[in-house]
Amino acid sequence: MIEKKCREILDRYHREKGNIISILQDMQESFGYIREDAVNWFSEQLNIPASNFYGVATFYAQFYLKPRGKNIITGCCGTACHVKGSAPIINSLREHLAIPEGGDTSRDGKVTIESVACVGACSIAPVFIVNKKVFGKMTLDRVPEMIKEIS
Amino acid sequence: MMNNNGLEGLVIKVCVGTGGLAAGSQEVIDEFNKTLAARKVRAAVRKKCVSKTGCRGFCAKDVLVDVVRNGKSFTYQLVSPDKVSRIVDEHIISGNPVEEWLVGPDYHTFHSKQTKILLQQCGQIDPEDIRSYIDIGGYKAAKKALSLDPFEVIEEVRASGLRGRGGAGFLTGLKWEFCKMSGGTPKYIICNADEGDPGAFMDRSIIEGNPHSVIEGMIIGAHAIGAEKGYIYIRAEYPLAVDRLRTALSQARAKKFLGKKIFNSRMNFDIEIKLGAGAFVCGESTALMRSIEGKRGTPRPTPPRSVNKGLWGRPTALNNVETLANIPIIMNRGAGWFASIGTKKNTGTKLFALTGKVKNTGLIEVPMGISLKEIIYDIGGGMEDKNRRFKAVQTGGPSGGCIPASYLNMPVDYESLVNIGSMMGSGGMVVMDDTTCMVEMARFFLTFTENESCGKCVPCRVGTKRMLEVLTRITEGRGKEGDIDLLTELGTDIRLSSLCGLGQSAPNPVLSTINFFREEYEAHIKDGICPARACKSLRRYAVDAELCRMCGKCFRVCPSGAVVWEKKQKAVIDKEKCIKCGACYDACPFGSIL
Repeated sequence: MIEKKCREILDRYHREKGNIISILQDMQESFGYIREDAVNWFSEQLNIPASNFYGVATFYAQFYLKPRGKNIITGCCGTACHVKGSAPIINSLREHLAIPEGGDTSRDGKVTIESVACVGACSIAPVFIVNKKVFGKMTLDRVPEMIKEIS
Repeated sequence: MMNNNGLEGLVIKVCVGTGGLAAGSQEVIDEFNKTLAARKVRAAVRKKCVSKTGCRGFCAKDVLVDVVRNGKSFTYQLVSPDKVSRIVDEHIISGNPVEEWLVGPDYHTFHSKQTKILLQQCGQIDPEDIRSYIDIGGYKAAKKALSLDPFEVIEEVRASGLRGRGGAGFLTGLKWEFCKMSGGTPKYIICNADEGDPGAFMDRSIIEGNPHSVIEGMIIGAHAIGAEKGYIYIRAEYPLAVDRLRTALSQARAKKFLGKKIFNSRMNFDIEIKLGAGAFVCGESTALMRSIEGKRGTPRPTPPRSVNKGLWGRPTALNNVETLANIPIIMNRGAGWFASIGTKKNTGTKLFALTGKVKNTGLIEVPMGISLKEIIYDIGGGMEDKNRRFKAVQTGGPSGGCIPASYLNMPVDYESLVNIGSMMGSGGMVVMDDTTCMVEMARFFLTFTENESCGKCVPCRVGTKRMLEVLTRITEGRGKEGDIDLLTELGTDIRLSSLCGLGQSAPNPVLSTINFFREEYEAHIKDGICPARACKSLRRYAVDAELCRMCGKCFRVCPSGAVVWEKKQKAVIDKEKCIKCGACYDACPFGSIL
């Protein structure tokens, strides 16, 4: 099952050099996170030490070594969003969704909340993204609107 | 039957940048199509008349819709689906524009001070259709460049005075010449679209609005330096821009503008998209190249420069999106024309993402050398909240600095900005008012750079962490005597000894705020006061008995029962119970809460 998906990814890249990042990106797309068994499989197939994959995966913010929630809420914490008050909105979301202290995923695995440096939509700051739907000019009063998007 | 006289040539243009889409432009497009079909207008026009355009900058009033008929254009602001049927009935069918929904004077002052070269095209063409770009003369410049000797192309770009728009401002023509002269093949051209500065969205807007201009710029660059392969390194956080690029690349391949023997010449050239994986340091050129090679994106010492030993150790020219988008324009209109815009050493225009506490937020394009005052007050329309005072403008993101009101007349160019401890950066411009605490702002940027430091060199990895600790304790009211000197010393050392641009510029936000707003640091440390009332730990709420009108609003909003009040009595705040949430301060209509 894992192998079938991995082979699909491998076939896409024709074993060219320099594709560790692309492979990891596709792996995350297929499995939702970076799986250790999948990394080992690629390591053997490509004759690249698994540590190289691990090194790259931990360097970039995009990769997750643990499964994430079914729904993803992204809060922008770029300069403009910060100035316009994104932090209190994130806190309110965490409270509403009962995200445990120190973590970013709810206990039932339903939703993960994460912050990013800048989504580049500063003119409509503060910006939140719920499962790819963009919410601009967010306010504390509109937090329930975002929560409604979660399935 | 509808009379279709005068409806020929009807075009409805809807802005579909990220700003527009977030404001609901897709819903507006659907509603237009539905309503036009229901009123049989679309049948009368007999062609697709609702088209998409890229960002036209005025994102504060999105969704913006142009109704163009018989060459006359009317622009509506803040359009939502429920407004569509009235626009169709009154304007399109009866010919009476809905005056009250048209853009106001703001829109016109916002645009009149700008010089639109790149953005002109962004708002004009459909970014998902190559024919739309070809109709306005697209790919003519590439065809022309391919008929010239590479050195003639380089000379033209050099004579235009174009400097890299990514921040450092290196002459583009000179970079290409170095790369051309460098031995070793193959050569590569890379477009840096890893726009990671918080507060910047110029590159995203160009790619979303006019992706072909960047591709054309790369073709011209590839011919100049002699490259057969190009890469566009773009952030995965920009899904719409990535989609539009993919569409544009496949359309260009179908037209034989990319691939083998492009434009029926002997030149082969193709472009591959590489998605960034979320690391700010990958905006640095050597780190970016390692990332394309599939490695951890850490920078390496230079020299050797990338033009000699870049990607896979081969000569590589790395240019920013905005730089490349300028190239076709220079080839079409000539170096002399381009050099006549702006100032002598800073030619052409620059895009800025104007955001923060300013009235008109959005994407703007201005000639180099314009003053900050013109940008913030004429184009930006001044402060968002009229009761607030302008305090500073931050340019260059986490690598830049805060510029105070006394420098508002300063011209915006590479040198002036560096001279006062900031930098052009890629073009983020965040306006702050007197409710923004400068120490907290510096702390915010250091949190970012400390987090994004790749960890390769000690000054940046450890230095930014120590600076952040000091800044954090100051904002929490635990600042010590000597902290300002410590920050200055650390900042200077990090600036001088870091390996790459990230570390070298990381102290800028701190050093520039110490330079211009030292008294705010001192107030935090010595008096335990945050003058902007932004640092929560330093707030101490109390009621000014002289100003209190005994209305009880503060009593009603207090969540912790800290306000003691009864009818016809002045309020008092119990400091033991106060959780410093600020609700009473916001609620008081008389400004009596201190």
